[in-house]
Amino acid sequence: MKVDPDFLTALNLGGGFDARMCMNCGTCTALCPLGVELLPRKLFRYALLGDRDRVLGQTETIFSCLLCRMCESNCPAGVHIAENVRTLRTYINREIHALAEA
Amino acid sequence: MPVPIKSTLGILGDNLRKRHSALPLGRRKVTAWTRGLGIPRGGKTVLYTGQMWQMVPAINAMSRQLAKYEHSRMGFLFGFARSMNKLVNLTPLLARTSAREREEYDRRLRNIARLLKAAGVEFGYLYENDLYAGGLAHDEGLDRGFVAHAERVSENLRRAGVERVITVDPHTTNMLRSVYPKVVPGFSIAVKSYLEVLAERDFARRRSVDRTATIHDSCVYARYEGVVDQPRKLLAGAGVRLSEPELSGTLTFCCGGPLETLFPGKSAEIATRRIEQLGSVNRQVVTACPLCLANLSRVAPPETEVRDISDYLAEAYCPTEAPA
Repeated sequence: MKVDPDFLTALNLGGGFDARMCMNCGTCTALCPLGVELLPRKLFRYALLGDRDRVLGQTETIFSCLLCRMCESNCPAGVHIAENVRTLRTYINREIHALAEA
Repeated sequence: MPVPIKSTLGILGDNLRKRHSALPLGRRKVTAWTRGLGIPRGGKTVLYTGQMWQMVPAINAMSRQLAKYEHSRMGFLFGFARSMNKLVNLTPLLARTSAREREEYDRRLRNIARLLKAAGVEFGYLYENDLYAGGLAHDEGLDRGFVAHAERVSENLRRAGVERVITVDPHTTNMLRSVYPKVVPGFSIAVKSYLEVLAERDFARRRSVDRTATIHDSCVYARYEGVVDQPRKLLAGAGVRLSEPELSGTLTFCCGGPLETLFPGKSAEIATRRIEQLGSVNRQVVTACPLCLANLSRVAPPETEVRDISDYLAEAYCPTEAPA
């Protein structure tokens, strides 16, 4: 695992990403209508650890999230999961898709 | 190979910046639904569609186009399309809609306006200034373009002297009520969904619909905006006997939207699971969101009928509409 110590700071430029309360219980994964095992529990762990490459390797998954909040409404730690996923999208659009003007 | 995310979102962002809509429709298509209703222009209280109902036929058409490319090697064409779209609005070409389909979605807006009138609510409409609220750009993380657009919409409402907005779909409700106040300093317009407005009114039905149905809650209404009881109260008043699916209210299951704009195949899989859940309870399915209606209708088997809540409510509460 390659850790980018600045990744979390860059990700959180707009202040929308906060997954520190996540206790990795997996309720979100169990409830996700997409049935994606990665989203959002592991994804947030990678982000918190600064594993930029592994987060960016999941771009399709990140843009597949329905933002339906089934996970968030049932998260025992109260993590704002949908806003975190949206913030990941904003980061990718800005840094990878070069859609800064959009 | 999936649909190219970058090019598709680029088209969306470019459209919002240059043409002030995700899928620019043109004034005639945005306002066609008002024909014959005599809704006054402007006012302190306005019915705000945010173009969502009007846009659904174009979203359906675009989704059909995307589905062709979702697993093909022709995805590079989206890059060309984006370049072209910067010069010319390609929406009418890429998202061709039929008059019949547009009429089907416009009818729901007419239902809503007629219901508000029947309930004695006074409201105006902004016509060509009824701008898209920017929900898709927000959801897809196009933040800079979204905030600029939200400021434009806010200024547009301020200039028109609007103080209260009645919305017609969950996404516009969520944008104007919960997101705009966070991104537009001083945004203080009161926002209510027409379902909330109607549920507060004590108005009598003209006839009982006398039918059974099951209800699909929109994720955005139920989990973002807390609109759960109002549709049930109104349907019960209309004479509809509801059976609840296992996943309902704040535990509702997604219809697959707005995934259809990037991954039509995945969206259809989710919608199919949902229509199976609903169909096992009752073959008559009620929705309260244009995107839910479109996504579930697309995959519904012939024996399952998906209708918007306004169809039932208009039948119960409104005088019969004169033929056009």
